[in-house]
Amino acid sequence: MAKRIDVSGLNAYYGSFLAIEDISMTVEPRSVTAFIGPSGCGKSTFLRTLNRMHEVTPGGRVEGKVMLDDENLYGAGIDPVSVRREVGMVFQRPNPFPTMSVYDNVAAGLKLNGKYKKSQLDDIVEKSLKGANLWNEVKDRLNKPGSGLSGGQQQRLCIARAIAVEPNVLLMDEPCSALDPISTLAIEDLIGELKERFTIVIVTHNMQQAARVSDRTAFFNLAAVGQPGKLIEIDDTERIFSNPSVQATEDYISGRFG
Amino acid sequence: MSHASLSDKRPGSSLRGATLPKWFPWATAAGSIVLGIGISAVAGLDSDIQWGLIAAILFVLGSYAIAAKVEGRRQAKDRVATSLVWVAFILAVVPLASLIWETVRRGVKVLDGYFLTHSMGIVGDKEPGGGIYHAIIGTLEQVGLAALISVPIGVLTAIYLVEYGRGKLAKAVTFFVDVMTGIPSIVAGLFILSLWIITFGMGYSGFAGSMALTILMLPVVVRSTEEMLKLVPNELREASLALGVPKWRTILKVVLPTSIGGITTGVMLAIARIAGETAPVLLLVWVTPLINTNPFSDPQASLPVYIYLQYANSGGAGAAYDRAWAAALVLIAFIMILNMAARGIARWKAPKTGR
Repeated sequence: MAKRIDVSGLNAYYGSFLAIEDISMTVEPRSVTAFIGPSGCGKSTFLRTLNRMHEVTPGGRVEGKVMLDDENLYGAGIDPVSVRREVGMVFQRPNPFPTMSVYDNVAAGLKLNGKYKKSQLDDIVEKSLKGANLWNEVKDRLNKPGSGLSGGQQQRLCIARAIAVEPNVLLMDEPCSALDPISTLAIEDLIGELKERFTIVIVTHNMQQAARVSDRTAFFNLAAVGQPGKLIEIDDTERIFSNPSVQATEDYISGRFG
Repeated sequence: MSHASLSDKRPGSSLRGATLPKWFPWATAAGSIVLGIGISAVAGLDSDIQWGLIAAILFVLGSYAIAAKVEGRRQAKDRVATSLVWVAFILAVVPLASLIWETVRRGVKVLDGYFLTHSMGIVGDKEPGGGIYHAIIGTLEQVGLAALISVPIGVLTAIYLVEYGRGKLAKAVTFFVDVMTGIPSIVAGLFILSLWIITFGMGYSGFAGSMALTILMLPVVVRSTEEMLKLVPNELREASLALGVPKWRTILKVVLPTSIGGITTGVMLAIARIAGETAPVLLLVWVTPLINTNPFSDPQASLPVYIYLQYANSGGAGAAYDRAWAAALVLIAFIMILNMAARGIARWKAPKTGR
């Protein structure tokens, strides 16, 4: 299920603006990799290049290689739609489909992609909601609108929706930044469980969160506003937070940034 | 020090000032209406508009003067703004209300089941009797055909502009839609007349009228649909794309259902707008007192043209005059029902937030 991501020499542009420059890293399967760094340094942009969502933005363009096991996501003849089925994504703000019920939200990825039997769908919906630790809270209101849930529940609904299509990799773009500490804890616990099955990449501004949930941490930085963001270093989380090899990382983590 | 000098100027509590009672605006309004009527009577002005305007001006000035005296200048300005809004509201509502009142009052005289289910047939211009069945059929068919052509084209154009359009083509389409919005209805009628009837040699028909109505309806549908599609949050599109759903299915299953309520409202308003068009219909469909259910050949009747002709033949009184008002009432009711249906659909289809 889980696959390794191998990025080499990746540049991403918005129009003619180079947003991130020359990024190379490896993301291990069945582990959590956290991206930290100041706002505007290109963490989210880089995350979006990993499932070809970057090019959805007008003017978005990518150079370089992203290998998912042994396939280059930016190779010739690769269909971005199939890439996104392999690499799922959870966004910063919970975004359940407002016209759909809880059930339909979870089943959306499957229903919109092909035909499934009702019993099959029922199983997958239950499994995904259980996987997202949401089943007990919503099992009696599966046919109520998904937007009626609380913010934390909505975000777990979005996670259930993302894992229902059985991706190999799960990208999370600041999944807890709009949530309260209790919902955040629920999602962090969930990340710990999900890493048994998926490769997880998470962008976060919360250093403690990165330290709590991730196995490896990558620090991004930019020289100045208007300059492209760069990967400063990536290492085991423990090492990054105790004894980073680059001074800038230590400054950022200890709050001496800027 | 400055604090002290400031508070010195305010005697007593600085948070509580003199306020006028709640009934003050109503009393001012009543007072200015009485004064307005009084002034007009004394000055010998006999028009309703004149005393109304005098009362409105008195109301605005009076509220300001009294409030400035009692409450202070800031509150007085607030009251003037409020009263200006009220005056503008009443100025807008009075014509509308009086229009509906007049139409209902004069229209109900001959409006009954017989009137709705019979055509004019051989009823003479000034004779009583006859009805608008033929005109209702004509209007429904012409407007229905126009909607059938322009809704798919309009919605698809809007989808192109919002979801796909980049660069010069999209700009050109937007520009031409804007230009089309400004086309006077008679010009649309003349265009179809010269193309369809004069160049192609086709006869008068409901369909020719529908084509002109399509020209008028299309830009309205495109514009309103475009606005509605732009309101759909980008996050929803991204959420769907990130699930590995192709773009066209995202548009079909996520974007359109989210905005369908607004799109329906826009389409209904566009229909309401063309249902009352007279000039192009008169040019292209011509008229007949008989029932013609085939919109593709021979002249058809329609409600706006019926109203126009009945009034033109009546000389301002008599049976034809009453029929014109009754037909106008039916047309207004038709458009109102469409509007209400649009609101109902918008509410029914709106994204649900209930728990």
